[in-house]
Amino acid sequence: MAVMTTLAVRNKGLRPAPMVERNYAVHRHGWIMIISGLLESLFYLFSLGVGVGALVKQIELPGGRMVDYAVFVAPAMLANAAMNAAVAETTFNVFGKLKWMKLYDGVLATPMRPRDVAAGEITWALIRGAIYSAAFLVVMAALGLTDTWWAVLAFPGSVLIGLTFSGIGMLATTYFRNWPDFDWMMAFIFVMFLFSGSFAPIENYPSWLQWAVYASPLYHGIELLRAFSLGDLSPMLLVHAAYLAVVGAVCMGFAARRLSKLLYK
Amino acid sequence: MISARGLIKRYGDHTAVDGIDITVPKGQAFGFLGPNGAGKSTTMRMIGCVSPPTAGELRILGMDAATQGPAIRARLGVVPQDDTLDTELNLLENLVIYARYFGIKYKVARERARELLDFVQLSDRAESKVEALSGGMRRRLTIARSLINEPDLVMLDEPTTGLDPQARHLVWERLFRLKKRGVTLVLTTHYMDEAEQLCDRLVVMDGGKIAAEGTPRQLIETHVTREVVELRFNTEDHSAYAEKLDGAAERVEVLPDRVLLYTDDGESSVSEVHGRGLSPASVLERRATLEDVFLRLTGRTLVD
Ligand SMILES: Nc1ncnc2c1ncn2[C@@H]1O[C@H](COP(=O)(O)OP(=O)(O)O)[C@@H](O)[C@H]1O
Ligand SMILES: [Mg+2]
Repeated sequence: MAVMTTLAVRNKGLRPAPMVERNYAVHRHGWIMIISGLLESLFYLFSLGVGVGALVKQIELPGGRMVDYAVFVAPAMLANAAMNAAVAETTFNVFGKLKWMKLYDGVLATPMRPRDVAAGEITWALIRGAIYSAAFLVVMAALGLTDTWWAVLAFPGSVLIGLTFSGIGMLATTYFRNWPDFDWMMAFIFVMFLFSGSFAPIENYPSWLQWAVYASPLYHGIELLRAFSLGDLSPMLLVHAAYLAVVGAVCMGFAARRLSKLLYK
Repeated sequence: MISARGLIKRYGDHTAVDGIDITVPKGQAFGFLGPNGAGKSTTMRMIGCVSPPTAGELRILGMDAATQGPAIRARLGVVPQDDTLDTELNLLENLVIYARYFGIKYKVARERARELLDFVQLSDRAESKVEALSGGMRRRLTIARSLINEPDLVMLDEPTTGLDPQARHLVWERLFRLKKRGVTLVLTTHYMDEAEQLCDRLVVMDGGKIAAEGTPRQLIETHVTREVVELRFNTEDHSAYAEKLDGAAERVEVLPDRVLLYTDDGESSVSEVHGRGLSPASVLERRATLEDVFLRLTGRTLVD
């Protein structure tokens, strides 16, 4: 009876931990993969930020302040890395487990529910993304690409970006049928990356494009991280953070529902 | 343990399970027999609370399957038709992590995992990857996994299909041990010997409905005669003998390669055959089996 009561009580809340533990058990032997992911995003930082920065020396912010181009681009790279980590984990990896390994069919024969699976996979994506982001921030500081303590807030900021894109990724995965769908997704993400104010303030865009950019969660993520790493705080940051949180929460809710539909046949 | 009333499952306009009633008391080994597509797996998944019934009432372990799925699954052990093992983990990790899904403490999980690997004779493979296992080993691992939460009810969907005889006998022997411990077993199979050996009670399913129900003996007594005589004649076409043998037994069934006489007294039927001046090339008298019941109820046409 005691066991049943504990289970009944526990079943009210989410149980992401077992899924995280499972993923940890898989990757315990495969840290190379995680390190390679980290190197990839640092490589981006060097080639785009530092490389292009050598050509475009300085850039003027909308407020009139001049900053080094690498300083301007680095937080966008961080936001992009946080997004990519979340998307890779919740699309490629989750799709593989869902459709090919049929992993969740086994998991759902236990007290675990689809929303526990979704929460677990998202938590895992966040943990992985957080490791990248922390390392990325340290490298940014070491290269002198940020010189304010506000930049520490870019860490929770990038976790928030991870949360948003994990939700989006999970939801997208429940609609994917096969691998070609992933090519479309990658193309979409790349376009979003180019047009989310990564390389220039969006004030330079034509106004119709600006409105499209406001819908992009990545844009809000970049604005958030850039403000922190430049130490340029304003009340607008609350809007950016709220947008990310709402998009993430809504997608997660729908993703859990869709997952139930797919798995409870 | 299980009580289903008017259980229905539809996929679109296809009815996979068409209004079945079942009752399984505690400690019983209950079997579903039936050809492919009869709806056995669908029924098992509904009982396993991973497939919501379209209609009907389903209570498991005193709880409502529709609303108390997680609490029911916490006390169930499930061996699905297709193994759903975690191919990225080794055998030991498969069991330990599975225990964690049930919320079992890590230390207890490890102890049980070791014991269960022993129970299914896979201890020497604890560190191997699942991919390296034969079909029989996978099945045994799945059975071990289904026991990790010390379930009150174990559901096995075709536990021995595709296994070689050695592996089948090992699985049967393990299932017998569970039965002795008082664990309630529900299994599906299309091996008649498996049904006869393991099951206290059976239902024969066909086309989503229950065609018959009872103990193996009851089924034989109700649906076929005690004995069967198989006759082969030196001919291409046995259908000619239908008329000649008419009345020689309770029921005469003509197959392309032989004639079956269903009778309660094999010997007198055989002498009746000879008395009619017929001389079959071979005569085989045998007891009726569950297979005869099965074929009688579900027909001889191949379903796939
Ligand atoms: N997920 C599903 N979607 C659509 N039809 C299904 C699904 N699962 C089973 N069926 C159909 O339901 C019927 C019963 O299948 P099943 O329960 O697997 O039979 P059995 O296990 O007795 O061979 C079959 O006709 C099968 O095609
Ligand atoms: Mg089946």
